[in-house]
Amino acid sequence: MLQVISLLLENKPGALMRVTGLLSARGYNIESLTVARTTDPTLSRMTIVVEVDSTLRKQVIKQMNRLINVLQAADLSEGPAVARELVLMRVRAAMESRGAILKEAEIFGARVIDSTLEGFALEATGEAEKLDEFIDVMRSYGEIEVTRSGAVAVSLEPRKLRLSSPVATGAGTKSQSTTGVLNG
Amino acid sequence: MSNLISGAKILLECLVREGVECIFGYPGGVTLPFYDALYDHPIRHVLVRHEENAAFAAEGYARTTGKVGVCCATSGPGATNLTTGLVDAMMDSIPIVALTGQVSSKLIGSDAFQEADTFGITRPCTKHNYLVKNLAELPQIIHEAFYLAGSGRPGPVLVDIPKDVFQGHYQYQPVNSIHLPGYKIHLDGHAGQIRRAAQMMWEAKRPYVYGGGGVLASGATKELRELVETLDAPCVLTLMGLGSLPSSHPNFISMPGMHGSYASNMGMTECDLLIALGVRFDDRVTGRLAAFAPHAKVIHVDIDPAEIGKNRAADLPIVGDVKRVLTKLNKNLQELAPTMQEANSGSRREWWSQMRAWQTEHPLRIETSTEEIKPQHLISEIDRMSGGNAVVAVDVGQHQMWSAQFIRFNEPRLWLSSSGLGSMGFGLPAAIGAAFARPEKTVIAIMGDGGFQMSVPELGTIASHGLPVKMIIMNNGYLGMVRQWQELFYNNRLSSVTLDSFPDAEKLAGAYGFKGRTIEKPQELRAALEECFAEPGPYLLNVKVTPFENVFPMVPAGGAINEMVLSQPKPVTV
Repeated sequence: MLQVISLLLENKPGALMRVTGLLSARGYNIESLTVARTTDPTLSRMTIVVEVDSTLRKQVIKQMNRLINVLQAADLSEGPAVARELVLMRVRAAMESRGAILKEAEIFGARVIDSTLEGFALEATGEAEKLDEFIDVMRSYGEIEVTRSGAVAVSLEPRKLRLSSPVATGAGTKSQSTTGVLNG
Repeated sequence: MSNLISGAKILLECLVREGVECIFGYPGGVTLPFYDALYDHPIRHVLVRHEENAAFAAEGYARTTGKVGVCCATSGPGATNLTTGLVDAMMDSIPIVALTGQVSSKLIGSDAFQEADTFGITRPCTKHNYLVKNLAELPQIIHEAFYLAGSGRPGPVLVDIPKDVFQGHYQYQPVNSIHLPGYKIHLDGHAGQIRRAAQMMWEAKRPYVYGGGGVLASGATKELRELVETLDAPCVLTLMGLGSLPSSHPNFISMPGMHGSYASNMGMTECDLLIALGVRFDDRVTGRLAAFAPHAKVIHVDIDPAEIGKNRAADLPIVGDVKRVLTKLNKNLQELAPTMQEANSGSRREWWSQMRAWQTEHPLRIETSTEEIKPQHLISEIDRMSGGNAVVAVDVGQHQMWSAQFIRFNEPRLWLSSSGLGSMGFGLPAAIGAAFARPEKTVIAIMGDGGFQMSVPELGTIASHGLPVKMIIMNNGYLGMVRQWQELFYNNRLSSVTLDSFPDAEKLAGAYGFKGRTIEKPQELRAALEECFAEPGPYLLNVKVTPFENVFPMVPAGGAINEMVLSQPKPVTV
């Protein structure tokens, strides 16, 4: 089953590799992955959609949380969350069907971002299933070329971000780490 | 200008601040500036003969002391040679820091001489790794590396350092604090869960303690003993946990699992409460998971939340450091003792009489013969010499399992075994690390003739330092464990397991300038071991044992652990 994971991670070299490596080492196939900086430029937000056996979902989150660069890993498949995806598409359209294409685009809430004699460039956002339909409809009008962003998702309930506090260097092998709480 | 010091010296300064006394390593082109700084520095560098052994030696150091072991290698082949040791440390949760040289920053990505993507290659081999991009961040990274290696669930951390970082100069300011906001360590277990655990333990009729490497890592041996004695529960210890309860303790049963004792495995199968402490329900322990401890509720204590419920669901999970959790748990148990102890003394007596019956029914058997030296006989004689006090490093295979079965330990951190990864060639370099870490201890390396031949170059390290390691080869002329499986499961078609050439031990040792000897008669065994142990320097004792002896009990792959093969199956006559 598809699991949507939201990660908040440090924007450090190799952080992406650690996340994807963890998934591939366990044989999970990544359906989509998006990553970008947050308002804090030292942090990135990543949304991963991955095919995972439902019994292993908790384990995946725990493994993600083990990564030093990951500040928070959350399973958005549980609890309220929204996921959206962006589609950019070129559709080749004969003159007589241009009007119909624009009508359809409007129904799906898509916007025209470019118009040429050959056709249109369109953008649409929405849930993945809705975009699948949109693509199917557009394909019926002519040749299309599609780029999908993959899902970006956000949890609809506030989640506490638990971060570790600084420790003294050379604190030895059994140093105490206290946990502070910030709002995330 | 006077405050500017080189990156190499800054690195050494940081290592001193982390209490590093000894580095196992091998120099090369890009680490030249570092080795130049080491030349007149008090930190000791031990030159091994292969980088893989630098990692194993650092593990031996860490396993015997609990301190972070340090190894060092150059870029490219030096770094790639470290990887087996890194994975080994990862699997067994051993704290080591690996320092590798990298080609100069401006050459990275140009396929320069001895360039390899060490950062990428070692990402899955380490708990965390770093590529130092500029000298200013070096001190921070080094201290983070040591903190990560030694804290929480310990493990290997690698720091890849380009040559220009060693060579650069920087105004060094000691770093006094590190901040890893995403590194969560859960030390104190949940108080409510611990209280519930104490209640469950007193209520159980057949409680069973299953302790592993986490007990040693957290230094919880005293607490484990208190728990076991308060509850009067039988205790089994995994290959990683051996020594966390003294072997002579009446409640200690043996090791469970594939080559565990009959009583250990029957106890696992019949217990009604499994108290799992710092263990990960490894497949070599559980056998067929669905049939493992089928009647038991499970209390699982581990510092790594990802281990809880990974293989076996826990009825009562406690995430925390074993020592801290047990300290609280023992208090709770004591508080409940007045009301609970008496009530279950009857069921406890029954449980123990059942355990003792299993132990008597099928004890671990020490085979002996007057014609040949039986491997079990050899191991039990080594155990007699050690008396539970020596450091015993083993390699991987049959001798490792017999050693786990028969060698006793009076204290923790004497047993060095590549347990999770099962890396042949581990034993000798691990013993070298131990010899540097605990020079006051007798250090024994028990190896098969296969594993020893993977480690032969390290005889050079041993000779250079005159390390008094007792090297004992259990020589059966085969890759014994693989041969055992071929015999039992592949119609005895012995495919590429015959080691039919082996050097003359006396000459080999002599070539390195120390003593060695080969024996094959049981009558010679005791005297030969006494000579070996009396020798103030290194000693190589090659013991020819019965070639076709198999390790029993044995749980065939995919079997339940109570379905043990207890002795050699009778040949089928047609």
